[in-house]
Amino acid sequence: MNPIAGMGGKVGLKGTDGIDILNRAKELGAEPVSPQRTAEALGQLFPLKNEIELITYPAEMGEDVAVECGFRPYVIGTIDVGRTDVADTMRACEDLRAHGVDLLLFAGGDGTARDIYTAIKDTVVVLGIPTGVKMHSAVFACNALRAGEVSALFLQNRIKRIREAEVMDIDEDSVRRGILTAKLFGYLKIPYERRHIQGLKASSLPDEHAVQKAIAQDIIENMDDDCLYIIGPGTTTRAILEGLELDGTLLGVDLIQGRRLLGQDLSEKQLLDHIKDKTKVKIIVTPIGGQGYLFGRGNQQISAEVLKQTGRKNILVAATAEKINSLLGRPFQVDTGDKSIDQMLSGYIRVVSGYRERIVYKITH
Amino acid sequence: MTQKEKKKYRLRENFHQAKWDEPIIFELHTPGERGILVTEAEPGVVEAVGNGISALPENMIRKQGPALPEVSQMRILKHYLRLSQQCLGADFNIDIGQGTCTMKYSPKIHKMLAASPKVTEIHPWQDESTIQGALEIMHKLDIFFREISGMSRFSLQPSSGSAAIFIMASMVHAFHTFHGEAEKRDEIITTIFSHPSDAAAAAVKGYKIITLYHDEDGLVSVDALKEALSDRTAALFITNPEDTGIFNPNIAEFTRLVHEAGGLCGYDQANANGILGITRAKEAGFDLCFFNLHKTFSSPHGCGGPASGALGVTDDLIDFLPVPLVDYEDEKYYLNYDIPHTIGKTRGFHGVFPVILKAYSWVMSLGRAWLKEAAQVAVLNNNYLLENIKKIRGAASPFAAGKHRIEQVRYTWEQLTQDTGVTTEDVTCRMADFGFHLWSSHHPFVVPQPFTIEPTESYSKDELDEYLEGLRTVVEEAYEDPEKVKHAPYRSVVHKIDHSTLDDPEKWAITWRAYLKKDGKDKKE
Repeated sequence: MNPIAGMGGKVGLKGTDGIDILNRAKELGAEPVSPQRTAEALGQLFPLKNEIELITYPAEMGEDVAVECGFRPYVIGTIDVGRTDVADTMRACEDLRAHGVDLLLFAGGDGTARDIYTAIKDTVVVLGIPTGVKMHSAVFACNALRAGEVSALFLQNRIKRIREAEVMDIDEDSVRRGILTAKLFGYLKIPYERRHIQGLKASSLPDEHAVQKAIAQDIIENMDDDCLYIIGPGTTTRAILEGLELDGTLLGVDLIQGRRLLGQDLSEKQLLDHIKDKTKVKIIVTPIGGQGYLFGRGNQQISAEVLKQTGRKNILVAATAEKINSLLGRPFQVDTGDKSIDQMLSGYIRVVSGYRERIVYKITH
Repeated sequence: MTQKEKKKYRLRENFHQAKWDEPIIFELHTPGERGILVTEAEPGVVEAVGNGISALPENMIRKQGPALPEVSQMRILKHYLRLSQQCLGADFNIDIGQGTCTMKYSPKIHKMLAASPKVTEIHPWQDESTIQGALEIMHKLDIFFREISGMSRFSLQPSSGSAAIFIMASMVHAFHTFHGEAEKRDEIITTIFSHPSDAAAAAVKGYKIITLYHDEDGLVSVDALKEALSDRTAALFITNPEDTGIFNPNIAEFTRLVHEAGGLCGYDQANANGILGITRAKEAGFDLCFFNLHKTFSSPHGCGGPASGALGVTDDLIDFLPVPLVDYEDEKYYLNYDIPHTIGKTRGFHGVFPVILKAYSWVMSLGRAWLKEAAQVAVLNNNYLLENIKKIRGAASPFAAGKHRIEQVRYTWEQLTQDTGVTTEDVTCRMADFGFHLWSSHHPFVVPQPFTIEPTESYSKDELDEYLEGLRTVVEEAYEDPEKVKHAPYRSVVHKIDHSTLDDPEKWAITWRAYLKKDGKDKKE
């Protein structure tokens, strides 16, 4: 548990990364929010307390709240009580992994998710109890109760599969200055849970990974060997590279032509150099994270200038119906930093959502 | 309610589902046990045909008898009566929680007609001259449907709504083939709140599917349709009102734009409960439409009975209809196979006659005025529920705020879930404890924690009130003691089922052979 996560929120500080901000939050009267929400989640695990072993870090990093909830946790590690920081989070993750935990249930925000990813990558299945200020990452349950429920289902082996979920890295300093810069930091493995209840009539829906493969198949079949394809980040677009048996990057922007990889993890400038004087260029992207951003979050390399040169009709959006449905009707968003390009992108667009399947969905800015 | 008024309903707090622990029929097998012992034939008969079987040609006699369970008559009667008690059928419960598919009441007299030997003992291979009555009923039902929809001709051949959609797609293909455009026009457009079969059956025909999503108001915009339209458009297949119960006010504009792009328009009217006698496919600009006789026209469906669709078209498409059609000439009804550009036969024989008969009986017993009345009462019932469900804490009806709905509403328990952690599935399970059925299918999952209620015209206000009382009670419990609701059901015979593997294609085994294959594959790993 990140004990200070979320404290910056109610006092308007956009986050709680860094000791100075924490102190300022405290001065402004911020109260910890993590313990209460963590308790809500642990409450859902309480009926399993004799079947599971709860391993945690000392005092404010989990022990206190676990004891309060009636657990007798196995406590590992040492901390400087009242003065924990990023290093403690990272060390806790490493220690928990070393103890072979089945699930790492954490409480925090984007910063915590980022620290976990840095420490242990995707070697352990994790799930976030949302207690932070910023939660652009897709590793969180929709609320603390649900985090507890999903954890219980996973530990009882009633949720059997896992999915990769985005960890977004938002720079808090920039946000405080009114600029939102976001980068796709990586993917953590979380228990695979349908966002809505599973109905009998719809039980024929295949899982998201199978649909990603179907999308890739459709796109690959329709590829033009003379055309340059800019491939944005994400697991949906990665399936295209996998289908072509190419080693692209999951987080970066890659370039392919004639089923061959021309460049990996390219910058905006490199992209512009490549597409200069080319007549056939297409951009393949998938909305990033749970927010539905098509451009401007996590794929800033595909900049307003790149989009301008490529043109709207050459943008190929790929997304599973499940991903689109999870937006609950909210349109795709764009935020390229150039109002005229955002305007150009707005309106309705065809999305490749399966093999020979398209969805028409709205883009706003 | 005034104090003098007495409630005519009460919550069935002592309800408990029956559990007989009945073995499956094959476990009841006792070799030699018989339901009927047939007496030996008289000598004269034996002389003429032997033991009966010996009169059959040698190559038609099976080498081994069928491996059917051998069970006595009394035991088999108990078996099926026990199983029937374990079902929560439409005749037992207030089945309005099965939105989009609620079964309206099917009058028993119509079932008796369909069960009459006059119906059960006819065979489609009989000579037409001997089944004039059945053909007359089919022909007249075609004429009724022309009036109800404004279309020019109906085929009763589809054996379900999905079959009707597949036939629509086949006819669209035949139409474009005739005009030399079939290769180019390979896309069919539908909407996310239309029935999923509109996409699925069209995809089976080989079409690419474009699904339009709604905007924040729950309606699909004309601009979304424009983005989808092109010279590759073969057709639009759409439900209206959609599964949200919202009627698309731009439907005439939709059909106009599709026609302008060279496509055809197919209207999925499987559920026309709220619009009979009020709107018609023709005036909305459709070229094809279909009704589900087993839904809108009262015949039971799903596990309650077989399906049957009625597919109608405008003049331009009559020549593409499946064969045979039932025609009348020289005072004689006959099966007409002479349709110039027919897509051919789409099933054996010609429609599901018992369902056709029940639909015919339903229309005849109501007549024009009461068909419309049925639709109006269905809409009134729905809006009565809407007003009351909106008042239940934790429930809401997304989209079209403040507006009436047609025949059903897709609601959400999102707030309830946020407040208490109790989900739609939990509410569904707890409702079962009071003898109610709340269906779990609300495809697509665009609305969080969805539930769909459709009352139809069949249920009385008392029954609607009883159902509302059930919902209110469960919600009250959810706020007071969420764990109680989450661990429901308590009075059913099966607890929650783990369907986590249902959405994994790797685990699907539709057949025994597939099961063995997939199981074997697992072992190798």
